[in-house]
Parts: sequence; structure tokens; C-alpha cells
Amino acid sequence: MKVDVRYFASLREALGGTEAVEVGEGSSVGALRDALAARGGRHAEVLGRQKAVRSARNRVLCAESAILGEGDEVGFFPPVTGG
Amino acid sequence: MAGARVSIRHEDFDLGAEVAALREGDGGVGAVAAFVGTVRDRSDGRSVASMELEHYPGMTEAAIEAMIDHAFARFDIRAARVVHRIGELAARDQIVLVVVASAHRGEAFQACEFLMDYLKTNAPFWKKEATDAGARWVDARVADDAALARWGIEAGNAAPEPPPAKG
Repeated sequence: MKVDVRYFASLREALGGTEAVEVGEGSSVGALRDALAARGGRHAEVLGRQKAVRSARNRVLCAESAILGEGDEVGFFPPVTGG
Repeated sequence: MAGARVSIRHEDFDLGAEVAALREGDGGVGAVAAFVGTVRDRSDGRSVASMELEHYPGMTEAAIEAMIDHAFARFDIRAARVVHRIGELAARDQIVLVVVASAHRGEAFQACEFLMDYLKTNAPFWKKEATDAGARWVDARVADDAALARWGIEAGNAAPEPPPAKG
């Protein structure tokens, strides 16, 4: 199934703003992150486990254990720094 | 926009006008507490000329709406509004406004601080500073997570690994 991945801040600068990604049924947000990092290159640099990355599923902050559904929007970004 | 609880925008805000709008038509308001955040001209020993504020359109608004719902559930308040600017801001510009109205001061003070602590750690905004030593993304602060923890809410925003699953 397909999900729409969106990147923000330093991740957006490294990877671009959006990409459509094919994932297996029942995949978690964390599994998606690991699969993207496994591509190597910039993906590994900014999404690897050495980096602090936060995630959102359908525009709500989520744990990486959150399970993905068809057409979900997944956001990956650094810790937030507003206010 | 009159009546909206959340405004994410490029334009500046006017504290006096915001307070007046929040109180309008409600004679039960006896206290208004407001917080205004501004851009410092120095950060970690570097001179800051400006900063770029990025957000997650759609998610940011929804996240802050949920925080305001939370504040209403937790404190006896009558009205609340959050304005947060995005785009390029110069040193000394206003960035964020949180304003809360209640019958008595205690609830307004508390709800205002609660909303600000919540926003710092859970609203998707990112700051990139333009300093005399080049541009850099601002790091999240552990102290901001600690501020939210005082309200009994775990943030884990500044922690190296993501926060645990929420119920």
C-alpha cells in the first residue's frame, strides 16, 4: 500500500518536501522510518537511529509503534522549536 | 478572523486589540493573562539578525486547537486565543501570543503558562536562525520538556529517542 511521506525543517532540506512510499500491510511508522534510512545516503543521515526524529500520522503526533493504513500521511521532522 | 481560537500567519499582531477582542461581549471576564514571545538578537553567544519559522500546515492549527481544548477541560477559563507567526522574522519582532480570559486571575495565569509550555514541545514549528556565523536550525531544549512535565504531561520532544506511545 502507499503512504504519503512529508518532511519538515532540516529533513525537508535534505530530502525534499514529499514522497510517495510503498509499504507492506501492517507496517508501523518506525518500520517505515527504518526502511527509508536503509536506502542510505541522505536518507540514512537524517532518518537514522542516531538522529532525534519525531513523527506524525495523519497530522497528529504519534509514537513509532503507530500502524499505517492505506493513503496515510506520515510526517517526519526534528524536535519542534516554536514559541 | 474574529472568533477563531488559532491564527498561524505572517502578519504581526496587536496585543491590545487581541485582548479587547477576547473580552468583547463577556461581562463575566475579570482577568486576562497574556504572553508575548519575541525574537532575541543573541542566541548561544551569536548575534541573530533574523529567523525563518517553518510549520506543518494543517497539523499545527489542529495541534494548538487540541491544546486549547485541553486547557478548557483543565482550567475554569472563558476564552483563549493563540497567534503564532511564520516566515521570516527580524530580531525583536513578536513571534507568539497566548491570551486567556477567566473570571479570576489564577486560572488565567495558569492556563496561559500551560498553553505556552504545551506549544513549545508539541506544536510543529521549527526555527532557523540567521546568525553572524551562518544559518542554523535551533535545537529543542530539555528545559521545555521539564516545563510541560510540571503539568503532568510527558513531552520527550528534546529527548534523543521519540516519546513513548500516548494513550
